[in-house]
Amino acid sequence: MIKIIKHKIRTKTILMMSFLLMTIFIISNCTTDETQTVATFTELVMEDNFDTDGVPNPEIWGYNIGTGENGWGNNELQYYTDRTENVTVQNGVLIITARKEQFNGSSYTSARLLTQEKLEQTYGRFEARIRLPYGQGMWPAFWLLGANVDEVGWPNCGEIDIMEYRGQNPTIVLGTVHGPGYSGGESISKSYTLENDRFDTGFHIFGIEWGPKYINYYVDDVLYNQITPEDVPGEWVFNHPFYIIMNLAVGGSFVGAPNTETVFPQTMLIDYVRVYKNKFDNN
Amino acid sequence: MKKIKFIHSKITVLIVLVFLINLSCERELSDEVEFATLSNTAEIFTDTPIGLGSNFYFPYGGSKPTAWSVDDEESYKGTASMRFDVPNADDPEGGYAGAIFRIDGSGRDLTGYDALTFWAKGSQAVTIAEIGFGEDFEQNKYLTTLQNLKLTTNWVKYIIPIPDASKLFNERGMLRYAAAGIGPLGNEVGYSFWIDELKFEKLGTIAQPRPAMLNGEDVEQTSFVGVNINLMGLTQTFNLDSGRNLTVSAAPSYFSFNSTDVDVARVSELGVVSVVGSGTATITASIGGVRALGSLTIESSGSFTAAPLPTRDPSNVLSIFSDAYNNVPVDYYNGYFAPYQTTQGGSPPLDLGNDQVINYTDLNFVGIGTFLNVPTIDLTQMTHIHVDINVREDIDSGDFIRLQLINNVGGNEISGSVTLTGSQLLSNQWASFDIPLSAFSGLTVRNQIGLLFFISDATISDIYVDNIYYYK
Repeated sequence: MIKIIKHKIRTKTILMMSFLLMTIFIISNCTTDETQTVATFTELVMEDNFDTDGVPNPEIWGYNIGTGENGWGNNELQYYTDRTENVTVQNGVLIITARKEQFNGSSYTSARLLTQEKLEQTYGRFEARIRLPYGQGMWPAFWLLGANVDEVGWPNCGEIDIMEYRGQNPTIVLGTVHGPGYSGGESISKSYTLENDRFDTGFHIFGIEWGPKYINYYVDDVLYNQITPEDVPGEWVFNHPFYIIMNLAVGGSFVGAPNTETVFPQTMLIDYVRVYKNKFDNN
Repeated sequence: MKKIKFIHSKITVLIVLVFLINLSCERELSDEVEFATLSNTAEIFTDTPIGLGSNFYFPYGGSKPTAWSVDDEESYKGTASMRFDVPNADDPEGGYAGAIFRIDGSGRDLTGYDALTFWAKGSQAVTIAEIGFGEDFEQNKYLTTLQNLKLTTNWVKYIIPIPDASKLFNERGMLRYAAAGIGPLGNEVGYSFWIDELKFEKLGTIAQPRPAMLNGEDVEQTSFVGVNINLMGLTQTFNLDSGRNLTVSAAPSYFSFNSTDVDVARVSELGVVSVVGSGTATITASIGGVRALGSLTIESSGSFTAAPLPTRDPSNVLSIFSDAYNNVPVDYYNGYFAPYQTTQGGSPPLDLGNDQVINYTDLNFVGIGTFLNVPTIDLTQMTHIHVDINVREDIDSGDFIRLQLINNVGGNEISGSVTLTGSQLLSNQWASFDIPLSAFSGLTVRNQIGLLFFISDATISDIYVDNIYYYK
């Protein structure tokens, strides 16, 4: 609890004015380590508001194409393409569309965008404003993967899932980290449930604030989890550059296959993606 | 003088009133103004009925009127629940349970809610045939029904989404239900079920509406001026927070209908399509701006050419189906004999405004019955059968329609038949037949006629039939 309140001060995100008295109280209790860990992720490194219709900005976004190995390691059912049918920018929104169609041996198509070798960063604030799809078998995600994945492999490279969601649970998102000794089913994860609302009917902001010894998860203006080295049963591997991935998977071990109730096509709409870094950080 | 005095007093009253309002409504005047007329109370039953007045329970005809009670022994929450005792099929007071709960007084404003919710359980695992709201025994304009609600013996929360809450600014029909016993038809055995914490809610998780008309199918239909068609298969589907899709049937007034040509066909807010001219029109629908799946395309060939008007003296006629005579009662105009019959149509007949016509489609054979619940027909005194047939397709050589009469169905059956050949029938025109009953070879007795069959063996599939009568 102390940690979380401390964080609120660091990021200046939460209604400081109205909690003035409390703030004073807490500052007086936490002066010792403030100067060491305070992170002010206010310097914008990348901002894509998807203001230009057509193909997403190729200087920021690349693509994974195909089915990967074993459905990208998860028995996913879609074939990823970079066709306009699966990924396009329209009216200020990036649209990733999952379709039910026969394509190169797969029954579904979709898209997976990534910033590998275009934007890789250690620490910072990563956030996106997204409206999610719905229906059994839809598996959208906004996540970070360790840029050294080709050298050390997964999960040693580390994975930070800023947002994962099952289309059959339209009110629940998950924030997760995977690393050596805590990957797949043993990953460190926490869910966040919207009350009296859903993630497929409007846009919501999904973000993390990632410093040397913590990853804070938030949805909109709600901080719902903090993961620190003490929380993971293995090595803390979140201290080297990571890149962003945004994708809409269909089926796979995490969600199960679509069923007869699943409506196609389904869309994941991204209003913006923003990356900040510590303004005192020179790298 | 009197008048002036009166005006003065009126002004005084007004000033006092304004003063009073100013005093009493310092804080929340706007709220009170907004809800002055209609209640937006959510609860229908918690431990007692809420705001329903005294006379609110109206059973359906033939149902057991005492099926509902307040049970002080069982409750999900609080001290009591609603108990429904579904009777055995042979219960003399009524063979099933069903009723509406209608506010005894003015309606409620439900526009702020998105679902009717309740907790329920059964004395055993059962399926409730229909449960919903919006039925007031007046226009039933916003009737909404969830079919086949499956109850368990544990309390479970159930959700019935409102198809479009913006329509429910004045609703009296709070609950409707219909439930029959379990078991073979006619021998159903009763059970009990309970409902508690019945109320409207704003869940915020009722989303992704996908309305449908004609169960989502695109239907094409030929028609004529004067024909009225009731749009069926009107539903609204939502995705719930459980991830499941839930479909309810929704009354026509939830929908906005559109016709591509109102000079050909137009739709009333009660979902009745009226064909008013010749040409093609496509009817579509939407709820709250969301286009419904399905459509009805009407190809109207203009005015319907009616069969020749019968002129025989009614005293010499025994009529089965004709607008010109009083018809004898029949069991049905289509017996839907399983499993070999393919024939559709006939019940109800096609309503052409001033003229009703039987339209059999997918014809292979079809029977008009007069032996189950109506008297059989004694044709001993009659000499002929008259029938007008309009074949609504091309007629090939070898096509035929055979008429067959059966006497004493299920008893000492005797039958006879007459075949009308393709050359006697007319394509898209009426052909009138007057056939001597003596031509029905084999029909030696005709004092208890129970069935009249039209048999084409699928050589002809689409016919209009009119003016079926016997005469002497």
